[in-house]
Amino acid sequence: MNIHEYQAKELYRQHGIPVPKGIACMSVEEATQAAEKLIKETGNQVVVVKAQIHAGGRGKAGGVKVVKGADAATKAAREILGKKLVTHQTGPDGKVVQRLLVEQGLPIKNELYLALVVDRDSRRIAIMASTEGGMDIEEVAAKTPEKIRTVTIDPAVGLQGYQIRQLAFGLGLTAQEQKHFSKLLDRLARLFEQEDCSIAEINPLILTEDEQVIALDAKVNFDSNAEFRHRELWSSLRDLSEEAPTETEAKEADLSFIQLDGNIGCLVNGAGLAMATMDTIKHYGGEPANFLDVGGGASQEAVTKAFRIILQSEAVEGIFVNIFGGIMRCDTIAKGVVAATRELGLKVPLVVRLEGTKVEEGRKILDESGLAITSAATMAEGAQKIVELAKG
Amino acid sequence: MSILVDKNTRLVVQGMTGSVGQFHTDQMIAYGTNVVAGCTPGKGGQSLMGVPVFDTMREVVRETGANASCIFVPPPFAADAILEAVDAEIPLVVCITEGIPVMDMIKVRRVLDSQETTRLIGPNCPGVITPDQCKIGIMPGHVHMPGRIGVVSRSGTLTYEAVGQLTALGIGQSTAVGIGGDPINGTDFVDVLKLFNDDPDTDGVILIGEIGGNAEEQAAAWIKESFNKPVAGFIAGRTAPPGKRMGHAGAIISGGKGTADAKIAALEDAGVKVAPTPSDMGITLKSLL
Repeated sequence: MNIHEYQAKELYRQHGIPVPKGIACMSVEEATQAAEKLIKETGNQVVVVKAQIHAGGRGKAGGVKVVKGADAATKAAREILGKKLVTHQTGPDGKVVQRLLVEQGLPIKNELYLALVVDRDSRRIAIMASTEGGMDIEEVAAKTPEKIRTVTIDPAVGLQGYQIRQLAFGLGLTAQEQKHFSKLLDRLARLFEQEDCSIAEINPLILTEDEQVIALDAKVNFDSNAEFRHRELWSSLRDLSEEAPTETEAKEADLSFIQLDGNIGCLVNGAGLAMATMDTIKHYGGEPANFLDVGGGASQEAVTKAFRIILQSEAVEGIFVNIFGGIMRCDTIAKGVVAATRELGLKVPLVVRLEGTKVEEGRKILDESGLAITSAATMAEGAQKIVELAKG
Repeated sequence: MSILVDKNTRLVVQGMTGSVGQFHTDQMIAYGTNVVAGCTPGKGGQSLMGVPVFDTMREVVRETGANASCIFVPPPFAADAILEAVDAEIPLVVCITEGIPVMDMIKVRRVLDSQETTRLIGPNCPGVITPDQCKIGIMPGHVHMPGRIGVVSRSGTLTYEAVGQLTALGIGQSTAVGIGGDPINGTDFVDVLKLFNDDPDTDGVILIGEIGGNAEEQAAAWIKESFNKPVAGFIAGRTAPPGKRMGHAGAIISGGKGTADAKIAALEDAGVKVAPTPSDMGITLKSLL
């Protein structure tokens, strides 16, 4: 689960990690007031107006403006708010800016990079630090990997002082900066574990002229598996307007759904089989309209719900149901398919491939339904048929 | 022979008294698995489907001599259940539970790495089956057939797909292992390949991977170096867009890493024959025999 920069910074603040003074704003008026307040408090005319969307690359897309004075901040807020930002992380459709963060400007001496991630290789939390702050870190990793230093946290003993020193010396910090950095990193590691993060990234982490170490940017992703431990906080942080409505609806029905660009809707049990089904459709010249895993114990209602979600996309010109019933019984799926088709009045071709437990009963239910359902014996046959039928 | 489980496996089911645990315990018993105990704290002394239930895993081991465990405990308590099984020195623990927080698995993995008695399969996996001998998990038993091909996979239903194709071709399986779709798990491809390599009754292997992480690349490197049996492979998620988590917590392409194409290239470089579509897994393996 993703949250906004201003929310991540609030979390940092609560954990004692230094962040710039800032105020989240939903309107231009609020932004003006925020700028005036910050200028008054800090005595510094420089403020930064930042677009709040769930994607990186905002600066390059014109979503971050450093300005002088409240009037300029108002102008910047007017420009950014409501604007559609297209970055390398938003996809071609971009994202409309609905929230702003107005922050104090800070005298930057140096920009660093600091991130914690769950590292699959070491099976631990890894901390990465680099002197190349403010850059695209993936590019740094590809071109100059020696400029990124990594340590991993042993869960038995936690982050150790020597590890922090390894990173601090590697970053070439002064004694005073080291002191601040050490405290910051220790707190960030605690935050990461306590809040069940999967990523906590600061890019850039800045050094100021007076040797302070401050998180100028903040990105936090949570491990959605841990939602049961943070239900209240996470539901208050969730910004549904940043998530595709169909994906939210699917999640509520316990379906795993991702919208794609193609024209063939897929309804599958199991994540691996769902991906494999998309691959097979593509192999035969079609384009999947979605990823949809109904899970292992889907009910008749869940199948109907899944159909409804698939059909919300007007691009869908055919549906392929691919089920390998293990514990999931084929007759249950077949009943769900028939009920959904009757209820929703299916106007596009439907191909169903059933295999596994109670397959004969399932096929019989489909055959006797009198509905225009094409059956297939294998995944390949089903994919070929739906690609053909969707062409019309 | 086979790997991991056989006729001598004595199974305890942790979380047997819950509805999911009960259903699958019934299915495992029907398949012929020797289920000797259930473990649910607070339900000790009861008996379900003729299987005695105990409060703690130490009691289970003392009273029944269980040597394998299957876990159906819900995510908030699953890591604790795994660690209790490790403490009771159960040699094989299969965790079916989906949705365990990664922070919990980091700790579990640390404990697993500090001992040599217990092997964990999963979590978030279908389990392990040696056809006609022992089924631990949630896979449909009837699609399997005893034989000499090993199957190892990160995905549940794709394992059934591969097994179903093999059986349809008249090719039986020695053991099928689902290692699970989470980013941090107990057993990876290389661990299972080592077991298949040493098993005189496994003649070849189907390896099924998916996008995300680099477990397939590691498997490819090890196959190239040490595996001496034919391997057919498949990687799911060729058409998956980057940055989107495809159902499994571990199935995500991030930072340009973990793509299907890179994994396929690594496997092919190691001499693995990669099936062009998931419908060709069985036939691809057959072509190697």
